[in-house]
Amino acid sequence: MSRRRVVVTGLGCLSPLGNDVTSTWTGILAGKSGASTIEKFDTEKFTTNFACMVKGFDPAAYINPKDTKKMDGFIQYGYAAAIEAIRDSGIEATDSNAHRIGLAIGAGIGGLDTIERNHDALNKSGPRRVSPFFVPSAIINMIAGYLSIDYGFKGPNIAITTACTTGTHNIGYAGRTIAYGDADVMVAGGAEMASTPLGIAGFGAARALSTRNDDPTRASRPWDKDRDGFVLGDGAGVMVLEEYEHAKARGATIYAELTGFGMSGDAYHMTSPPETGAGACASMRNAVQDAKLNPVDVNYINAHGTSTPAGDKAESQAAKTLYGADADKIVMSSTKSMIGHLLGAAGAVEAIFSVLAIRDQVAPPTINLETPSEGCDLDYVPNTAREMAINHALSNSFGFGGTNGTLIFSKV
Amino acid sequence: MSNIEDRVKKIVCEQLGAKEEDVTAQASFVDDLGADSLDTVNLVMALEEEFETEIPDEESEKLGTVQDAIDYINAHLG
Repeated sequence: MSRRRVVVTGLGCLSPLGNDVTSTWTGILAGKSGASTIEKFDTEKFTTNFACMVKGFDPAAYINPKDTKKMDGFIQYGYAAAIEAIRDSGIEATDSNAHRIGLAIGAGIGGLDTIERNHDALNKSGPRRVSPFFVPSAIINMIAGYLSIDYGFKGPNIAITTACTTGTHNIGYAGRTIAYGDADVMVAGGAEMASTPLGIAGFGAARALSTRNDDPTRASRPWDKDRDGFVLGDGAGVMVLEEYEHAKARGATIYAELTGFGMSGDAYHMTSPPETGAGACASMRNAVQDAKLNPVDVNYINAHGTSTPAGDKAESQAAKTLYGADADKIVMSSTKSMIGHLLGAAGAVEAIFSVLAIRDQVAPPTINLETPSEGCDLDYVPNTAREMAINHALSNSFGFGGTNGTLIFSKV
Repeated sequence: MSNIEDRVKKIVCEQLGAKEEDVTAQASFVDDLGADSLDTVNLVMALEEEFETEIPDEESEKLGTVQDAIDYINAHLG
C-alpha cells in the first residue's frame, strides 16, 4: 500500500511572544525573550520567580464567556490556537466530510490551575464547594472535545500525553492517521499553562528550573556554559494537517509536507537522558528513515534544547552521532531560548517554527549563547537569525520518563 | 424583597451567560436560559455562596425557574 502524503495547511499559536503566529514568528526572528517576573501569585518563597507567560490574552475573542469558566487556561489557549489554525486552513465540516476531520491535541500536565483551585475549595469549605466543572475543565482531552463539539469534526478525537513530547507525538500521530487513511484532515498540537504555584514549586523542587531571578530574559541559554535549567513557558500550538490531494483539490495553501516521524524510549532514567543521547539519536534516525532521507539532507534542526546542563549536551551528542562524518554540517538552534519550555505545547509551537523556517528559508536563532560549554560545539545559530536554504527541517522533543519524538517537515 | 430578586437575577446572568432581559421571573433555567445539568449544579452553588446558605439536593432539584429560586431564598433566609 502506498502511503498517503500529508501536508500542513493551517497554523495557529499562542506564545510568550505573541497571541498569534505572525507576532510570535516576528519575535522569534528578532531574537526576543518572552520571560518576565511572575506577578499573578506571591513567589517570595519560591526558588524561581519568573516564567515565559502569555500576555494580554482575551478569551472573549474566541470563547463564549459562559464557557470560559468551564475551561482551564490551557484549554483556552489550545482552543484559541486551534481556531487560528482552522481559519488559516479554511477547512469546514460539512455533512459529507465531518467524519473525515479529526483532532489530536494534548497537554503535558493539564488543568493544574483548576486542580489547585478546587483542592483549595475542598480543604477550606468541603466537598460541596468543588465545582461541577472541575473535572471537565481539568482533563487533557477537552481541547479536542470542545473543538469537536463546536466545529462538528466527527473523525478521530484523541489527546496523547507524553510530558514534553506531547505536541510532537500528537502531530506525528495525526500525520500517521491521515497517511493510513483514517482521516483526511487532522487538527493537531498541544497546549499548556503550568505557571501556577504547584507547577513552579514542582519543577523547582526537581531542580529543573533556572533560578536566574535577577535576569529572566537571559535565563534560557541553551548550550551556554552558564545555563542552569529551563524557563517554564505557557502557550499552545496547533496545525492543520491534510492529505495532499485533498488539500490540492480545494486549493489550500500548503506550507510544507510532514515527511518524517520517529519515536523512541530512553530506557534509562525518570528525568535525565543518557550522556550519549542514544534515545534522542534513535528518535531522529527513525524520523530520517521514515522520510527516506539521509541525515545530511536535513538542513535545519529545531532542537529540544531546554537549557538544562545534561539535556543540551546529550542532544548535541545525539546529533553528532546521527550525522557522523557530516557533523560539521549540522545547523541546530533552540527557540526555547526565547519562549521558554512550553512542556506539552513545546513540540507543537516548535513544529510551527520548523514549518515557517522552510517557508521563509531562515533559521531562527539561539539567543543568550555567549560562551558555548564543553561538549557543545555545533553551529547553534547564535543570537541572530540566519537566511539559508532549508529543504528539510527536523524538530525534536524529549520528555520525562525518557519519551522521545521527532518530526521532519519538507519543502513542497 | 427586590434586593433578593436583583441578586438572584444577577447570579443567573453571570452563571448562565444570559442576557438581563431574558432573565425574567418566569424564565426556566433549562428551557429558556439554555442551562444543562452541570450549569444547574453550578448555579445552585453560586446561590449558596451569595446567600451563605446550603440548599439540599432534594430542594435544589425543584428549582426550575428564576421565581423558584427567589422564593426559596426568601423562605429560607434569616
